[in-house]
Amino acid sequence: MDLYEYQAKTLFDAHEVPVTAGEVCVTPDAAHEVARKIGGPVVVKAQVKTGGRGKAGGVKLADTPEDAQARATDILGMDIKGHTVHRVLVTEATDIAEEYYVSFLLDRANRAFLAMASVEGGVEIEEVAATRPEALALVRVDAIDGVDVAKARDIVDQAGFPANIRDEVTNVLVRLWDVLVKEDATLVEVNPLVLTTDGRVLALDGKVTLDDNAHYRHASHADLVDREGTDPIELRAKELELNYVKLDGEVGVVGNGAGLVMSTLDVVAYAGEPFGGIRPANFLDIGGGASAEIMANGLDIVLNDPEVYAVFVNVFGGITACDAVANGIVQAVEMLAAKGEPITKPIVCRIDGNNAEEGRQILTDFGHPLVEMVETMDDAARRVAELAAAGRDGSAS
Amino acid sequence: MTIWLDADSRILVQGMTGSEGTKHTRRMVASGAQIVAGVTPGKGGQEVDGIPVFGDVREAVVATGANVSVVFVPPRFAQAAVEEAVDAEIPLCVVITEGIPVHDTAKFFQYAQNAGTTRIIGPNCPGIISPGQSNAGIIPADITGPGPIGLVSKSGTLTYQMMYELNDIGFSTAVGIGGDPIIGTTHIDCLAAFEADPATEAIVMIGEIGGDAEERAAAFIAENVTKPVVGYVAGFTAPEGKTMGHAGAIVSGSAGTAAAKKDALEAVGVKVGQTPSETARLMRALLRG
Repeated sequence: MDLYEYQAKTLFDAHEVPVTAGEVCVTPDAAHEVARKIGGPVVVKAQVKTGGRGKAGGVKLADTPEDAQARATDILGMDIKGHTVHRVLVTEATDIAEEYYVSFLLDRANRAFLAMASVEGGVEIEEVAATRPEALALVRVDAIDGVDVAKARDIVDQAGFPANIRDEVTNVLVRLWDVLVKEDATLVEVNPLVLTTDGRVLALDGKVTLDDNAHYRHASHADLVDREGTDPIELRAKELELNYVKLDGEVGVVGNGAGLVMSTLDVVAYAGEPFGGIRPANFLDIGGGASAEIMANGLDIVLNDPEVYAVFVNVFGGITACDAVANGIVQAVEMLAAKGEPITKPIVCRIDGNNAEEGRQILTDFGHPLVEMVETMDDAARRVAELAAAGRDGSAS
Repeated sequence: MTIWLDADSRILVQGMTGSEGTKHTRRMVASGAQIVAGVTPGKGGQEVDGIPVFGDVREAVVATGANVSVVFVPPRFAQAAVEEAVDAEIPLCVVITEGIPVHDTAKFFQYAQNAGTTRIIGPNCPGIISPGQSNAGIIPADITGPGPIGLVSKSGTLTYQMMYELNDIGFSTAVGIGGDPIIGTTHIDCLAAFEADPATEAIVMIGEIGGDAEERAAAFIAENVTKPVVGYVAGFTAPEGKTMGHAGAIVSGSAGTAAAKKDALEAVGVKVGQTPSETARLMRALLRG
C-alpha cells in the first residue's frame, strides 16, 4: 500500500525523522485555520499518489491564512493525472539552501535492502540515476545487520554529504531505517531532504510503501487505507477477502491462482481483438483452495459490475477440486435468483484438473441457459469475447 | 535423475498438525513421497496417520534422517520455522506459506545464506515435484508422470496448467518458485540445475510481470544454457501500479512489463508462447524436431 505524503510524514514524525510542522485539510476553512496556527508563510500541497503535482499546479506558496484558504480552494477538487485531490497538506514554508535525496528500499534482485543517497536531490531520482549515476550512492543493506550509526555514516560518506551536516544526515538515515523496519515498509523515500538557510535538516516530502502482508502486526495501518481513492467494487471485494482489481474492459474474469488469472486476462484481450477490442473487466483470484462460497462471492462481485457483459470462469482444479468449483457456480446463480436478481449475463466456464468430469456433470445437470462450458482456455476466451461483444453492441443500439 | 528432490528424499513437514499441513501431508503420502516426520512446537510425541510428530526440527532430523522440510506454518511463525530448519542443516526447505511479511523473508533468506547449509524454495509457492519419485508441497501429483521436461514457474496454477498441457510427455522436475518479492530459489538457480541434470532435455520457464528476474534469466540462458528453453510470461494486460495477486506482480514505471520480459527472452533465442496452450505447442514441436 502506497501512502500519501501526509501519512508518510506522520510515520516519519513518529520515528523522529525531522519534518516541517503541518496538517492535512479537507476544506479551505481548515487550511485557513492551520495556516493561522503555523504563523508565517505556508505551502499548500495537493495530496495525490502520483508524481508531477508541482507542475500541475498542485503545490502553492501562501503568505497569509487568507491566501492559504484561497490556494486550498483552487487545489481541492483539482484533477492531477486522473487523481482527484481530496486533501491538501498545509505545512510551514522553509528557506531551502540545499536539496538532497535519501531512501531505503527492498532490493529484489539482490534479495536484501538498498540505501540510495545523493547530494543532488529535488529532481526525479531516476533521472539522476540515468544521467549522472556517479552522483547516486547505492549501498547494500543486510536484512539482519540493518542500519546502525556506523552503516549510516558509510552511506553519508559514499554519497559525499558535506562534513558540517554529516551528523544530522546520519541521524536522519538511522531513524528512516527505523521507519522501514518498525512499520514494515518496502520503501521509504525522502526527496527532497533539505538543508534550510537556518541550518536545519528536514524531510520536505515523503514516500512510503507498506507491506500488505504485515498488516496483522500493525493495527494502526488499517486507518491508512485510502477509501476515496479506491474503486467501490474493489472495496467490497476486499471486505469479502477477495483478491480483486478493477480494469476497464467488458469481460468479467474469475479464476484461481494469480498467475492463471493474469494469463486469463491476456488470453481474453487477444481473443477480444477481432471483436472490436473486447478486454477483461477485472482481475479476480479466488485462491488455490477456494470453496463454493468464495466462488459465489466472486461471481456476485463480477456480475454486479455494470461494465461487465459476459463472465469467464477459468479454473484449474489443483487443490480446489472442480466439483467444488461447479457447485460454487450453481450456488452463486441460485443465490442471486433467490435475492430477486437472476443473472442476465452469460457465464462461460472452463474447468479442468482434479474431478473435472464431476464438475462438468454438475454444470450439465444444472442446465442453466446462461451458463455454458467450453473445453479449452483459448476457445473459452474466444466464446466469452464473442458474447461480451454481442452484449455490448446490443446495449448500445 | 531430477533436481533437488528424488525417490530418496526424506521429507518432514513443519506445521503438520495444522489443517493445511495435515491435508497436504496426506496428499504427499498418497503421491508416494516419503514423509518421515512432522514438527510442531509443543506437540512432540503425537502422530498424524502414524507419522511421528516432534517438537523441533533438529530432534526430527536426528530421529528420522529427514533431508527436506516443507513449511506450512502460519505467516507469523514462518521466520522462526525456517531458521529452525537452517539450524538443523536441512539441505532443502520448501516454504509453502502465503502472506509472510517481506522483512521476515529477507531475514530468513539472509540467515540461510550466512549458514550456507540450506536451499530455500518459496515462500508463497506450490513447492517442487519430481513426478514418480517425490513431491514436496502442494502440486497435484496426478497431472502427469516422469519425463524429459524441466519446469520453473512463479505461479502455482500456471505450473499445473502447463504440466497438464504436456502430460503425455512428462516432467523430470517442476519447481514453483513463488510470486513474492524475495524468493529463496530463482529462475536462474533452476535453469542451472536443469542444465546440469541429465534427465532434463528441455526447459519450460514461466514468468510474470514485476521485477527483472526474467530479464536476468535471459542473460543467464545466453551464457550458460545449451538445452532448449520455451518461455511464457503472464500479465501483458496488467496496468501500471496495480498488484496482480502476487505481492511481486506489479508493474512500476517502465520496469517489469510482460513485453520487456518477452523481448529479453526472445532476444536470446527462447521461444515465447502467447498463451499457455501455444507455449505447450512450441515445446512439443521442439521435442519432436
